[in-house]
Amino acid sequence: MATTTPAVSARTPGSPAENRPKRRWGATIIGIVILCVMLFPLYWMVNTALQPESGLLEVSPVPHSLDFSGFSSAFKEQGSHLLTSLGVALGAVVICLAFSAPAAYGLAQFKLRGTKTVVFGTLITQMVPGIVIANALYSAYVDLGLVNSYAGLMLADASLGIPFAIVLMRSFMVAIPREVIEAAEVDGAGKFRTFVQVVLPMSRNSLITAGLFSFLYAWSDFMFALTLNTTDDVKPITLGIYQYIGAHVGDWGSVMSAAVLSAIPAAVLLVLSQKYIAAGITGGSVK
Amino acid sequence: MSSTAASAPAAASGASAPVAVPAAKSPKPGSLKRRRTLAQWGFIAPAVIFMLLFFGYPLVRNVVMSFQHYTPSTFFTGEAPFNGLDNWKNVFQDDLFGKALWQTILFTIGSLIGQFCIGLALAVFFNRRFPLNGVLRSLILLPWLVPMVVSGVVWRRILDQDTGVLNSFLGLFGAGDTPWLSSTGMALISVIMVNIWIGIPFNMVILYGGLQEVPKEMYEAASLDGASAWRQFRSITLPLLKPVITVVLVLGFMSTVKILDLVLALTDGGPADSTQTLGTLTYQNSFAQLDFGAGAVVGNILILISAVFAVFYLRANRNEGK
Repeated sequence: MATTTPAVSARTPGSPAENRPKRRWGATIIGIVILCVMLFPLYWMVNTALQPESGLLEVSPVPHSLDFSGFSSAFKEQGSHLLTSLGVALGAVVICLAFSAPAAYGLAQFKLRGTKTVVFGTLITQMVPGIVIANALYSAYVDLGLVNSYAGLMLADASLGIPFAIVLMRSFMVAIPREVIEAAEVDGAGKFRTFVQVVLPMSRNSLITAGLFSFLYAWSDFMFALTLNTTDDVKPITLGIYQYIGAHVGDWGSVMSAAVLSAIPAAVLLVLSQKYIAAGITGGSVK
Repeated sequence: MSSTAASAPAAASGASAPVAVPAAKSPKPGSLKRRRTLAQWGFIAPAVIFMLLFFGYPLVRNVVMSFQHYTPSTFFTGEAPFNGLDNWKNVFQDDLFGKALWQTILFTIGSLIGQFCIGLALAVFFNRRFPLNGVLRSLILLPWLVPMVVSGVVWRRILDQDTGVLNSFLGLFGAGDTPWLSSTGMALISVIMVNIWIGIPFNMVILYGGLQEVPKEMYEAASLDGASAWRQFRSITLPLLKPVITVVLVLGFMSTVKILDLVLALTDGGPADSTQTLGTLTYQNSFAQLDFGAGAVVGNILILISAVFAVFYLRANRNEGK
């Protein structure tokens, strides 16, 4: 838009100092407007959650008086599902890292025949539609007695993160200098000890990013929760909310409260670990 | 293992064969190498086995299932007789399949165009330097991080015809009676709109990353030559961004074509199947009608479509590595 003029006028001394800050803050204001539009639905979620029984009425733009009854009923009815989500997601993270970190290391550093095929396979798995997996997995789970089990859901949810984690951590571990690993092995550490005591600490950032994303994948999972459970024994919050809208059509305050509660981990993780999340989105896809 | 590291002689003899210190005294070169290879595969094998079980097996099983007759009782008796091409015929003869296929195409193309164009515009915008740029950029990620079902539920409230905020807002301009989710004509468009909203952050972040790689000097040189901003965008930005654009579009395609969560949360595939897609149809066939054979057929078609684009992705990825 205005990029040509400033580039020319910047040549004349004096003017940029007066000009630039103003124009920059203009962009900031536009940025804030964009952000407000993009985040409006999330604002509306919180806003609706804080208003009393708003089922058949229009919701006012701001809550006049804060009403936490939606939250308390959401907590009462969905609290256990939040805990289930937390447990399943943490379990999935552990499984995911336990399988993918050694594999990423092996694929990055060992000269083995067949590793190219494995890397290729890892890319392919990211393209298999989840519902296809659920379709076949369900009948296998029935045979194995894994339907309606925490272990079954954790394993299925871990599968969402494993290919991604391998690709991400591998692209990081390729950069570890051979000399560092060889030095550790010369000192008498076995392959496994070298991995645990040298490679893992050096890859801390990529481990955190991979763990963060496998947590988010598992926390957000709805499809496996929906298909691999036939009873209410193992019900994560995503499934809880889905069934909640069916049962509580009138009570949007409670539904939105539950939605807010389920969105909190994403918000917290985003605030605490912006750089890991940005690294994960770009690193996992482009590299 | 911990004791060998502490004792000096073991460490010395282990220099060439760190895997098996005791065996290092009279090693056959061949077996030593094999042991080493085995130990190395020990790192990779668990993940490979996991992926074979959770991706490979379902792929194969799904093909087999598409030729089997499944009924609800199958899960008690374990009997699913083969029935040849019956499932495939049934699915293809059902009008719903054609409808879902067409709607999947519309949904995917509409979502991709919207996500990409807005994502690119935002990436270009945030590529300028201004205060709070980083904070705003990372906060925009939130819609992408929130569980999709939750986004669907929230939008379901916003798009409600009578009490939703979108219609009350449009009412201020005298046009507030759109049946966003409750009419067959609008529902698919609404679902596409929401999916565009969800996909913008992802497109933006990756394209922004690509823009960061474009050397700033090229723009400076171009603007000295008097090239307009639009001209710079067309002649510098787009060509240099091409590999990233390919990756973004293919990944966007992959995640859009199989959509399930969002549609179920927004419309449950309705009204009158007007938002049914191949993803939801697979789910409906298998888990609502309990005809896993029919579900497998639709799932296989979904895989075929994905596979075609997987080829594109892998080619793009390979070019990226060079």
